[in-house]
Amino acid sequence: MSKSLLYDATMCIGCKQCEGACAQQNKLPYDDNVAAESVQSEHKYTVVLEKNDKFMRRLCMHCEQPACASVCPVGAMHKTKEGPVVYDVWKCIGCRYCMVACAFGQPKYEWHSLNPRIHKCIMCPDRVTAGKQTACAEICPTGATKFGERDDLIQEAQDRIRQNPSTYLPRIYGLHEVGGTCTLILSNANVEDYGYPSSAKLGDTPMPEYTGRVLSKIPDFVPVWSLVLGGIYWISHRREEVAAAEAEEKNGSKR
Amino acid sequence: MKSKPTFWKVVFIAIMGLGLYSTFIRFFYGLGAVSNMSDKFPWGIWIGFDLLCGIMLAAGGFCMIGAVYLFNVESLHSVVRPAVLTAFLGYVLFIVGLLFDLGRPWYIWHQMIYMNPHSVMFEIGLCVMSYTTVLFFEFLPNVFERFNLQTPIKWTKKIYPVLIILGILLSTLHQSSLGSLFLIMPSKLHPFWYTPALPFFFFGSAIAVGLAMTIFESTQSAKAFGRHLELGVLVKLGGALLVALWVNALLRFQDYLHRGMLGEIIKPSYEAYFLWLELTLAFVIPITLLSFKRVRLSPQGLYLASISTVLGFIANRLNIALTGFETYAGHHYLPKWTEFSVTLMIIAAGFALFGLAVKHLPIFPEERVPVRARLRAETTPVVAAAVLGHVAE
Repeated sequence: MSKSLLYDATMCIGCKQCEGACAQQNKLPYDDNVAAESVQSEHKYTVVLEKNDKFMRRLCMHCEQPACASVCPVGAMHKTKEGPVVYDVWKCIGCRYCMVACAFGQPKYEWHSLNPRIHKCIMCPDRVTAGKQTACAEICPTGATKFGERDDLIQEAQDRIRQNPSTYLPRIYGLHEVGGTCTLILSNANVEDYGYPSSAKLGDTPMPEYTGRVLSKIPDFVPVWSLVLGGIYWISHRREEVAAAEAEEKNGSKR
Repeated sequence: MKSKPTFWKVVFIAIMGLGLYSTFIRFFYGLGAVSNMSDKFPWGIWIGFDLLCGIMLAAGGFCMIGAVYLFNVESLHSVVRPAVLTAFLGYVLFIVGLLFDLGRPWYIWHQMIYMNPHSVMFEIGLCVMSYTTVLFFEFLPNVFERFNLQTPIKWTKKIYPVLIILGILLSTLHQSSLGSLFLIMPSKLHPFWYTPALPFFFFGSAIAVGLAMTIFESTQSAKAFGRHLELGVLVKLGGALLVALWVNALLRFQDYLHRGMLGEIIKPSYEAYFLWLELTLAFVIPITLLSFKRVRLSPQGLYLASISTVLGFIANRLNIALTGFETYAGHHYLPKWTEFSVTLMIIAAGFALFGLAVKHLPIFPEERVPVRARLRAETTPVVAAAVLGHVAE
């Protein structure tokens, strides 16, 4: 059971209060200039986009099996049992593999800091563990961003689509993508038009499985390969020993 | 290094000067100021070249160790020491380069404490660290012999089989894992380069480049240090290179065939041009050259084929790390001059250290008194040779 966010783009009025609440929660600056920025960055974890009078929110997807957590060499990212994918800055070595690995391009970097850290939506873990909802869901005036159990939210999203089939595209983005995410999106516009990667490209396989298939072979590979190498060494040097022994024998028989 | 300034010495000092300036920018103004990396392009040439290509270029060490000590090809003995030296310097300098790229290099030791076994990067870190240690021990006999320390020489001889097998095992693991780094990005890396076979290709290319680099390096050393060039050794390496290239080419072909990409890769596109460049340099030119017996038996021919191979596989890895992400990022990445200058500084330092080591250690033990260069007139002077020679003086 993990906590999730359901964003229903058809209910969003583009007020950007979620952006402000997010900034306040994460102690980031927020003013008209920041509000006007339409890209996520190290000081803007979530952004409300507008295209053809339709809104779309972008934020971390909080994958069920996050690529960022699996690739981090020091385990600075991890998925909590409540659902949020969080970041421990004190472990981070700044390699940026999480940024490269994330299919949704969510982790952002402090490019001008001398001790740079990663920034991304961490789904207000303090509030979530305390049993509260995220700052963005709490402030949303229309309920476009809703916080709850993932299963309940999926149920609700399916109900909404069933009750108003003309309002929605018949899909929940995040239900199966990369093995399922804790951010779920309902919309009547293609999420791909707002920069989300297409479901076809993402596939349903959790990203860590692609590396896991190879990494899981290593413990078996190491002893086998060592044995093969040792065997080759033994055989190729055996010839020398045999030659030496034969030479000695010859010398002995001469005497 | 007290002789009068020469052209290449000036170039060397200029490279070091610019590199130090970029180092200052890097550590006093941050990664954003020194590079063109951004949220859209989090990895630049410091990963694409210094890491991916650097480790590939240092593969000569494990290839030659494998040939001479594992397969007992006695005739290649003379190239082992320079190859191990190159590998050792290469790995040390790669770690130095990593300190530039990591945002928080002072926490690099966290790798040892907060290990994440699911991370390919962690596995590479562990292997590279262990392998650099192994290379250090494989390099040590040079120092022992220089000071004629008999006891440690005896000791290293005893543990050498273990070092050899450990070194090859670690190399197999991390050379292929560099390819596994990209397995987690099927939706981001361009399909010309994304394939589940990446770890195999990275291992295969490491062997081809290891052979090519040994040919290149032997030829260069012959020129720079006035050594006699052993054609017999180069011819043998050239033959092995031809086989390695064919195997690599065949695997690439099969991969494109099974993924149904053969039609795609011949259609002109931005990525296709880069792919063609890579395939031409890595396969078409060297395989064509080496197919002629006349070329396989000539130092210049082998030299050209090896340079083409090296450039081709460098192009391959830069395509994987950089070109292959441009469409996803919707952004062209071109390194800033300061990024280039750090990379150049590290390479120049490598050449300088190689020169110093050759001067002071028995790297080429079979020739205590260097004979005059026989190749000098035959091939054109190259930056590397000149820097090598003059820095060593």
